[in-house]
Amino acid sequence: MALALDKPRAPRRPAARRSNFELVSWLFMRISGLALIVLVLGHLLIMNILDGGVHRINFAFVAGRWSSPFWQFWDLSMLWLAEIHGGNGLRTVINDYARKDSTRFWLKIMLYVSMVLILALGSYVIFTFDATIPAN
Amino acid sequence: MSTATVVEEKSGARSGQPPVADGAVTVTVKILRFNPEVDSEPRWESFGVPALPTDRVLNLLHYVKWYLDGTLTFRRSCAHGICGSDAMQINGVNRLACKVLVKDLMSKGDKQTTITVAPIKGLPVNKDLLVDMEPFMEAFKAVKPFLITYGNEPTRERIQSAADRERFDDTTKCILCACCTTSCPVFWNEGSYFGPAAIVNAHRFIFDSRDEGAEERLDILNDAEGVWRCRTTFNCTDACPRGIQVTKAIQEVKRALLFRR
Repeated sequence: MALALDKPRAPRRPAARRSNFELVSWLFMRISGLALIVLVLGHLLIMNILDGGVHRINFAFVAGRWSSPFWQFWDLSMLWLAEIHGGNGLRTVINDYARKDSTRFWLKIMLYVSMVLILALGSYVIFTFDATIPAN
Repeated sequence: MSTATVVEEKSGARSGQPPVADGAVTVTVKILRFNPEVDSEPRWESFGVPALPTDRVLNLLHYVKWYLDGTLTFRRSCAHGICGSDAMQINGVNRLACKVLVKDLMSKGDKQTTITVAPIKGLPVNKDLLVDMEPFMEAFKAVKPFLITYGNEPTRERIQSAADRERFDDTTKCILCACCTTSCPVFWNEGSYFGPAAIVNAHRFIFDSRDEGAEERLDILNDAEGVWRCRTTFNCTDACPRGIQVTKAIQEVKRALLFRR
């Protein structure tokens, strides 16, 4: 049986919430950061350096890439990881620097709305991209 | 004469100044002062103080209080770096006034030396260099910094191997001066981050083989205001007058949280 602890030394701050959210988000930042190094540097290498670099990028090039599920998956994971990684980073910045609760609340609302919009729009384009529409 | 009396009453300092020691140079001590009954916000005040290179900053504050302005308010108890009362911001960094020597703050060449002294940041200032330590102590109490055991009391002392003792040796050195916590940019924020000192003292018990309250403390530090708010800026490790590897201790608590189950 657990020994009863003396009350006078009990903390005045609210009892710890048994939530692992901060742990999970901390861990996510490390893992997504590692994944993004590979994804983003690979993306930059392909787009800007290999085989003519930026000069060969046109509608046909993009259409060709997105006809392959591999590149669709690459771009989709890059989009989601970068957006959530950056959004979570901004969330901690807002938590650290916002002085007033109302400022913190509205900044976070703006952040979350923009994250949802960008993720939805990006995913929509990747999944519904139609290579047969006219180039211009 | 009446003017002199007024000054005397206002300052409350000892009358007459002691003879200046051989080799003393006059340094400017610039103190961030605040009197809640008069000032609406803190103001800088400078004093010319004769100092020997071997003097501590605490000696300069004593000189100001004893001979120039008796209203200067600051904490100090043992004056030998053990009690942790006189933590303050000296030339912009958190130090114990009793452990900083004037010779380490002297400016190069013939330039006049100015030493700035301000209260530690992030805690409410009561007067001058005296801050309200209650928020700091509250975070300290919240991590249950005492031995927690369950079951029957043992009939003999709780034995511990030298290796088990070594595991948490670094964090036993904490004197609760608040240098680390008040150097932490996350603690300066309005929120209620526990701060490095509370985590150091939790670490001292979490990694003690005789203690059985590690799970409770880890749960407390897993909170939104716990170790995950640490940004690993190492301000705390730089500030610690006891040389505790504070950031390392915080990282060890994070690791314990990740791999405990």
